[in-house]
Amino acid sequence: MNLADHILTIVTFLPTVGALLLLLVPGRGASTDNLVRSIALIVTLVNFALTLWLWAMFDNSNPGFQFVENYPWIGESIGYRMGVDGISILFVVLSAFLLPFCVLSSWNSITYRVREYMIVFLILETLIIGVFATLDLAMFYVFFEGSLIPMFLIIGIWGGARRIQASYKFFFYTFVGSVLMLLAIMAMYWQAGTLDIQRLLAFEFSPEIQTWLWLAFFASFAVKMPMWPFHRWLPEAHVEAPTAGSVILAAVLLKLGGYGFIRFSLAMFPDASLQFQSFVFVLSIAAIIVTSLIAFVQTDIKKLIAYSSVAHMGFVTMGIFAGNELGVQGAVFQMISHGIVSGALFLCVGVVYDRMHTREIEAYGGLVERMPRYAFAFMVFTMANVGLPGTSGFVGEFLTMLGTFQVSTWAAFGAAFGVIFSACYGLWLYRKVIFGALTKDSLKGILDLDRREMVVLVPLILLTILFGFYPAPILDVTAGSVELLVNNFAAATGNVPAVAAMAP
Amino acid sequence: MNSDITSFASLAPAFPEMLVAAGAIVLLLFGIFTKKERANGVAMAAVVLLVATAGIVIFHPAQGVIFNGGFIADEFARFMKVLVIGGAAFALILSLPSSRQHQLDKFEYSVLVLLATLGMMMMVSANDLMSLYLGLELQSLAAYVLAAMKRDSARATEAGLKYFVLGALSSGMLLYGASLIYGFTGHTQLDLIVDQIVMGERSIGLIFGMVFLLAGIAFKISAVPFHMWTPDVYEGAPTPVTAFLASAPKVAAMALLVRVVTVSFAPITSDWQQIVIFLSIASMVLAAFAAIGQKSLKRLVAYSSIGHVGFALVGLSSGTAVGVEGVAIYMAIYVTMTIGLFACILALRTQNGAVEDIAELAGLAQRRPFVAAMIAVLMFSLIGLPPLAGFFAKWHVFLAAIEARLFVLAVIGVLASAISAFYYLRIVKTMYFDEPVLEYAAVPRELTAVMGVTGFLVITYFVTVGGPLAAAARVASGSLF
Repeated sequence: MNLADHILTIVTFLPTVGALLLLLVPGRGASTDNLVRSIALIVTLVNFALTLWLWAMFDNSNPGFQFVENYPWIGESIGYRMGVDGISILFVVLSAFLLPFCVLSSWNSITYRVREYMIVFLILETLIIGVFATLDLAMFYVFFEGSLIPMFLIIGIWGGARRIQASYKFFFYTFVGSVLMLLAIMAMYWQAGTLDIQRLLAFEFSPEIQTWLWLAFFASFAVKMPMWPFHRWLPEAHVEAPTAGSVILAAVLLKLGGYGFIRFSLAMFPDASLQFQSFVFVLSIAAIIVTSLIAFVQTDIKKLIAYSSVAHMGFVTMGIFAGNELGVQGAVFQMISHGIVSGALFLCVGVVYDRMHTREIEAYGGLVERMPRYAFAFMVFTMANVGLPGTSGFVGEFLTMLGTFQVSTWAAFGAAFGVIFSACYGLWLYRKVIFGALTKDSLKGILDLDRREMVVLVPLILLTILFGFYPAPILDVTAGSVELLVNNFAAATGNVPAVAAMAP
Repeated sequence: MNSDITSFASLAPAFPEMLVAAGAIVLLLFGIFTKKERANGVAMAAVVLLVATAGIVIFHPAQGVIFNGGFIADEFARFMKVLVIGGAAFALILSLPSSRQHQLDKFEYSVLVLLATLGMMMMVSANDLMSLYLGLELQSLAAYVLAAMKRDSARATEAGLKYFVLGALSSGMLLYGASLIYGFTGHTQLDLIVDQIVMGERSIGLIFGMVFLLAGIAFKISAVPFHMWTPDVYEGAPTPVTAFLASAPKVAAMALLVRVVTVSFAPITSDWQQIVIFLSIASMVLAAFAAIGQKSLKRLVAYSSIGHVGFALVGLSSGTAVGVEGVAIYMAIYVTMTIGLFACILALRTQNGAVEDIAELAGLAQRRPFVAAMIAVLMFSLIGLPPLAGFFAKWHVFLAAIEARLFVLAVIGVLASAISAFYYLRIVKTMYFDEPVLEYAAVPRELTAVMGVTGFLVITYFVTVGGPLAAAARVASGSLF
């Protein structure tokens, strides 16, 4: 058996094996907890190393699916199918990349039921990697929906004061959205006779059916994304979840929606996507403007960042449904960048929360005097979140706006407001928390980043700036698959995109 | 007329039934003639007998139609019989550790379970309205006594009586329906009825008979609006008996329903389809809402089982082979989850006695992590969340409904499952998010074993049993079409 042929299976299920291992660790108490943490860290790091290997083996020039595994499985309908293309591979890497940080950031802040916590996180890793790596629609749903269980437990057990309400809200919003998608998946099976994503991509659904299927998928992905006005669960879930939970939620779980839009809505239902394009644009612009304004009046740091996530996801949906190469490339890039930046921002909030046990903006001020290193890290991520050129946040937003501009000038015009607003609330937050006089007694003894926190934040800073100046590692990977997708979209809808028309 | 019984060997299709019948009589005699209380020994012997019977059904299946067409052994019967026998055997095992406290430490208990199982096997294999009724009554009469077995408990007696009165009513309706069908087709044998329907026109009397017949069976599977007895009986009966009532008889009655509608009423599918769709929607929706307010664990399970019958009927509503395949898979997973759930419920005892209220589960995750984890897994599975078994059960039935273009039914169904998630999650919330207040007694080994087995099957369904089960269900449904 060649290891490389089954690399996706290994990457997906290694964390589960790690979770089983944790189950077998004997004993209780502090020393066991430390052993559990170490095992979880090692498993996630090994898995990350494996995904890097996967990335290294990935052939950028091949726009199709690679590392494909395909076996019959349950009944006629469901098969065991794995494979990645240029769009999904980066999400696999991103998920595996962030998990060690989640484990590290929970090292001291999670003090009770540590073993269960790590088990749940490792299982969550399997599920989210599985979502991106699977090529069977039923398995996609299994992984997609399965991620609800660990996340529900993470928020509900290790969350803050209002955790129960937040976990229920999270569960029901996403569950109701998803069950409609389940029916759409079944309808697709009877239409196309297969659930193999590769074959479904080649299948042409009739336009009337596309509309219904598109709406059912939209119900699920719009909630997951979340798009305005389906975002109500997100701020609460973010605020109540423990730091690592917020990180994984913002950085990876939200991307399931965007990935789904690209892989299914745009690629399989091109006619419906074109038909609903303006609808998505309106919602996206509303998300960008409205949630930016809402973010402005927040008093809770995490909530502010949560609303800013919704606004940034607005750029993603706008870019995806622009349906051209720049837009989709930009959307993928924005999702990866947002994964790193928002994850890092939540980690930054976790740093001060662990020290002060409050997330109120008012409780802070003048941190730069006591925590210069922290102030620098927080600045980099705030700037990236704002979309300052030279950070990864800029590239994604710029590309999606370029792409959208070709399709709808007005949409791009509206989205540009988001850039301004995000600078407003981002800088406002930074000034309130970091600058000003250090007047509060409680803050006078606060310590700067320790070694563990440096280890967590420094790589993220480097990546944010690296991708800001040199986005090629990401764009090269996605280019081939996105081009194929966009050409198929154009061919199906009969619209030849402007860029392609100009090419000789 | 008796020409088809030429030799003992020709009775091979009925060997499992004969084995159970003979075993029940032997155990009955043994119980009477030994003075000492050996109830658990008899129960063990009954379990062994059931396992042996299951072995015959699985490994030496003999197929055919015997007793003048009254009894049929086909792949569908084989599949369902394995479920019935398995459910009964596990229910007996569940009763072992707590038989004294539930006053089930009498040899009659095991004998009655065996007789009920015999009745259920007969129901599964019935190919004639008469043998159908015979099996149904044998099962029901044994079940009435089982429900009232705890004689000096007022609640158990009430449960038994209620079960009996409503059960007798439903049997009467079923019999009335059967007589109408006989009157309008001239046959009681299922495959002859269908020939008559194909030849003659669709008479109103036949439809009447079918409605009554379906109403009678709907009582037995406790589909809304014939579900009223379920919460009271489940709550009142001793918990091991509830475990039995909630598992095997449901499968048998469902198998009966499937066989009757797909074999003898195939030409008038659109007529029975409406009824099944109504039963299905009503069960799913009512159970989802009614369970929200429940405080008692057993009542909650009762409503949950009503809801699950509704989901299984979604598969049958399609009236296709895929649908029957879905029903078969659904019942298999339902039985597994039910047995596991009752193992958990029986395992929970505090100093005040058995745990009955959901509130008493508070903080269970910290006191008994294993039991809490198993209950949580079962709850998520009952909701229908992947990758647990409950999801695949729903997958197969809804797949059939979508194929049959029953979109409204499917949408209502998935939304009902989303609503039902609320009360399942409440149990998870109580166990995991709340702080512990009670101390729990040690968990008996038998129950841990049952929990382990069912939990393993539910969690690893998609890697272990999923494929083979789907294949077996496919073969089973194939024998009806």
